[in-house]
This record gives sequence, structure tokens and C-alpha cells, in this order.
Amino acid sequence: MATAEHKHPNYMAIFWYLAILTVVEIAVIYMPLAKFTIGVLLCALALGKAALVAMYFMHLRFETRTLGWVAVTPLVIATLLVFLLLPDGFAVVKKTVGVKAATTETAPAKH
Amino acid sequence: MSHVASMHGAVEPAESPLTPESWGKLGMWIFLAGDAVGFGTLLAGYGAMRATSADWPRPFDVLGINLTAAMTFLLICSSVTMVKALEWLGKGDRTRTRVLLFMTALGGAIFVSLQAYEWTHLIHRGLHINGNPWGASLFGTSFFLVTGFHGLHVTGGVIYLLAMMRVVKRRPVPAASYNAVEISGLYWHFVDLVWIMVFTFMYLL
Repeated sequence: MATAEHKHPNYMAIFWYLAILTVVEIAVIYMPLAKFTIGVLLCALALGKAALVAMYFMHLRFETRTLGWVAVTPLVIATLLVFLLLPDGFAVVKKTVGVKAATTETAPAKH
Repeated sequence: MSHVASMHGAVEPAESPLTPESWGKLGMWIFLAGDAVGFGTLLAGYGAMRATSADWPRPFDVLGINLTAAMTFLLICSSVTMVKALEWLGKGDRTRTRVLLFMTALGGAIFVSLQAYEWTHLIHRGLHINGNPWGASLFGTSFFLVTGFHGLHVTGGVIYLLAMMRVVKRRPVPAASYNAVEISGLYWHFVDLVWIMVFTFMYLL
């Protein structure tokens, strides 16, 4: 059985990129930045690291494009799910806050 | 071209498979995509619960990141030994391949051990699956669920890699186990990839 062997990329370079990006991630949380900015930076760094692992360690870069779509689909689904869940979550928060406000309003009326 | 692929070619000449050299690889990719939906759902649920909770503890303060940063580094290193194992197998050196596969499995075993140590430590400090001293009880629930699900994947991966050492030894020529080792590598790197996400979303953010 012949094996279709693709060229091996420079794995040590990928290793150093991943190590450096991890150090940057840890450095970011100590930076005096807005919470939102830190969040965006951390998400970007994590996605960058994940992309490096998938593209080079998992050889996705050397596979057909369709296989890439198979790999990306779960990420799209998970991202969509966050936006589907958030309105419901915030609605519950609003409701609880509303109930609390209502009880504090009705409480003095009893007297 | 493998036997299966050539047979497939005879039946449907017009179709070009996604992974022409191995159906097993396609199978693993589809399994991983499904598994990624599982992890994605857990993390999305985590994000939604946390975003809408009034008293979610700041993970960074409660969990600490020194140990987990070291664990992250360990998994990255084990991914490197995994790709090196495959590279040496391609060059026909089965002994080196098996040593590197063993180092990869060892990295995974140390990772799970450190996770067990971390869990024990946190449980002693009061982090439980149904409550904790710092705030929202779902914090503990999601922490143990997500890191536990990942830890199980690492444990499964260690067993898988040890089995692959045996496969490499028993098959007559190095090329005969190349595909199987590459497929096991896909699983191992996926576990590393998921940890990158878990580390960012559950520890750093």
C-alpha cells in the first residue's frame, strides 16, 4: 500500500508561534485595557492558535477545500448558538430584575 | 492509492473523495467535526450562562492560571512530538516513531494527572459541581463539565496512542501504519486545539 505523503511543514516554527501566542495571551490579561478589548484580543489569539494547529499540525492546509468547510462548520454553529441563547438569557435577567422592582414597589403600598 | 479508493474509483469515476488517500481520515474528520459541535455547544452554553449571570466569579482569581498555563504548554509540546512521530514514520524509522508516540502519550498522562491535582485542590477550596463560595453555582457545574469532558478526551487519546505504538510495531513495513498514525494524530491535535479554546474561555477570559 503506497502512502500519499505530503510535505511536512516546519513544525518547530509552528511550535514557537504557539508558545509565543500563549505568552501573549497571558500578558494581555495583565494589560491595562478595557474589559471588552481584552476579550476581543483573547478570542482573536485563541482562534489564531487553533487555526495554526488545524492548518499545520492537522495538515488541513494540504487537504481539499471542502474538508476545510467540514472543519469550520462546528465553529459557525457554536458562534450562532451563542447569539441564539443570549436573548433568552437576558430576557430572564430582565424578568428577575422586573419582579424585584415590582415587589419593592408593592411593599410600601401594603402599609 | 489504497485498495478501497481504487475500488471506489471503479464504481464512481466522476467523484473525487475529500481525502483521496484514505477513507479513514475522512471518517476521523467527520467524527471530530461532530465532537467539535459537542465542545462548541458546551462552551456556547457556558458563555451564555456567564454573560447573563449577575454574580459569576472571575475565573482568573478563583482558578489561578500558573498550573494551567504549564498544562497548555505541555499539550503543545505533545502535539510537536506527535507530528515528529509521523515525520519519522514517513522516513521509515519505526523505533523513533514509537519513542515519540510514547512521549506524546506520556505528555497526555501528565496532563491528566495535573488536572486531577488541580481538581482536588479546587474541591478542597470549596468548588463543587453544585455550588461554590464565590458566586453563581453554575460556575462549578460548567467548570467540571467542560474540563472533565476534555480530560476524558485526553485519557482516551493516551490509550489510543499506546495502541498505535503496538500497531506500528506489528505491521510488516513502516508505510503500512502511516495512515493509521496520521489519523490518530488528527485526534490528538484536536484535543490540543480544544484545550486552547477551553484555556482561553474558562481560565483567561
